[in-house]
Amino acid sequence: MAIDTHTVRRIAFLSRLKIEEEKIESTKEEFSKILNWIEELNEVNTDDVEPLISVNNTTLRMRDDEVTAGNCRAEILKNAPAAEYDYFAVPKVVE
Amino acid sequence: MAEYVIETAKGKWGIVVGLEIHCQIISKSKIFSGGSTEFGDEPNVNVSFVDAGMPGMLPTLNKECVHQAVKTGLGLNAKINKYSEFSRKNYFYADMPTDYQITQFRYPIVGEGEITVDLSDGTNKKIGIERMHIEQDAGKSIHDLSPTKSYIDLNRAGVGLMEIVTKPDFRAPEEAGAFLRKLRSIVRYLGTCDGNMDEGSMRCDVNVSVRPFGSSELRSRCEMKNVNSVKFVMQAIENEAKRQIEIYENGGTIEQETRQFDPTTGQSKLMRKKEFAHDYRYFPEPDLPPLVLSDEYIADIKAEMIELPDAKKQRFVETMGLTPYDAMVLCENKEHAEFFEKAAQGHDAKKVANWMMSDFFAMLNKKRLDIAQSPVSAENLGRLVELISKEVISGKIAKDVFEIMSETGENPEKIVEEKGLKQVTDTSAIEAIINEVIASNPDNVAAYKNGKTNLAGWFVGQAIKMSQGKANPAIVNKLVREKLDK
Repeated sequence: MAIDTHTVRRIAFLSRLKIEEEKIESTKEEFSKILNWIEELNEVNTDDVEPLISVNNTTLRMRDDEVTAGNCRAEILKNAPAAEYDYFAVPKVVE
Repeated sequence: MAEYVIETAKGKWGIVVGLEIHCQIISKSKIFSGGSTEFGDEPNVNVSFVDAGMPGMLPTLNKECVHQAVKTGLGLNAKINKYSEFSRKNYFYADMPTDYQITQFRYPIVGEGEITVDLSDGTNKKIGIERMHIEQDAGKSIHDLSPTKSYIDLNRAGVGLMEIVTKPDFRAPEEAGAFLRKLRSIVRYLGTCDGNMDEGSMRCDVNVSVRPFGSSELRSRCEMKNVNSVKFVMQAIENEAKRQIEIYENGGTIEQETRQFDPTTGQSKLMRKKEFAHDYRYFPEPDLPPLVLSDEYIADIKAEMIELPDAKKQRFVETMGLTPYDAMVLCENKEHAEFFEKAAQGHDAKKVANWMMSDFFAMLNKKRLDIAQSPVSAENLGRLVELISKEVISGKIAKDVFEIMSETGENPEKIVEEKGLKQVTDTSAIEAIINEVIASNPDNVAAYKNGKTNLAGWFVGQAIKMSQGKANPAIVNKLVREKLDK
């Protein structure tokens, strides 16, 4: 499958990846190669086959409704680039 | 009910509305972690490493959240899906530390259902439920503490949510309001969500489109985010419909878009157009295998189901003689319905209902009390009604007794006894009073005899006043006429 530069820019934006302008063309080529390789799978007939969710044939394990974690604000905020008044502080986001 | 039409100089318009409601699940801990769900704590104390999106942390599904979701699904008369899956919904936002929300996409836990809403003209309408799925809530952003920064509190991140999506079945703002009230009533009865829209534990997104009245076409819709009260939902629908109609009538078109409702003005403003719509790139959640429920598990939850507002309402109408309207008002809140049943036990249920819906609720409102804190107990309200039914006191005296009960919480029988408020039904005592009234007002007697017969009411009033309200009004009425007509 051929991919265009518009799609490359769109995917980069969605993934919050910065791709330098001069790299767009080469990224496009790389993307296309990967997609072409994956497209080999299209040769297999998958009509009426449900998508595979997991290769681990396990059932879902559930937990009891108990409070077992939390009260570790200092550790939680330790990695924050900025924290003020016990909040994470981020550049103003107003939609 | 009468159809809702918006009429302009140029034509008639109808509306098509659907709702998406997020309900926070009542559980002690979060849906995928052991963090506490407590509301109103200090920032970032109820955050586990899973909630903070630390690398290597794995979600584990909370049993109770599944149980609550199934219970809610049954309350919505919906199909419970024995097989459901979790997916990742990808987007970047500062209050979403993992950069994806774990939700359900292709296979939700609850399928189609239906609830009946009660409209103000006494009619009902069935509203279809499209689906309900479970997911995690995001954290909370605080924008007004700093001019340059937003502050993030992750206490709410990871709290379990049920998202209920309706079919586009609403044709009037009132129907949407009635739906929200009924949904809130159901989840509160079930104890699966506290339904507090002002605290954000129940939040509503509204999809609105308009079309020429009578047409069956579906036009582009606009979505309004986080409209957080019953009143605002109705207002948002009305104003959005008007906005769209104005655009159509001026030759414009409506493109699908997301709008932000402003409760202070009742208007909405554009958030984003369709071409900027989020691309969520859902994919199956690799950390959680599918959720599979057994028939037995679902049957056990069915067995736990309690009587819900509609069933209770029907029972109150059929076996207790209430009007559908009275029954609806009393059943909206489970505690009110239970109080009523207790008060009506062995007494005139219709009268008890009247007292509850007038003086009793007025008293609670005035004192700003919850029914659980009512100074007047259910038993005592029942006793008061019994005193009226047995003609021990008149309805008028009963209001005074009720006044005392709401101050002291005393038994009405005791109040009536101690204050000597028993109704006078002794004919000779009443006759004596009437004789006195007649004797001291010869002018009015003459006027009555000359044809001003409506003066009879004045004589009744005087006699009752003289008895300090204790004379039985029916007897006074009868005797006054007998004596005046003699």
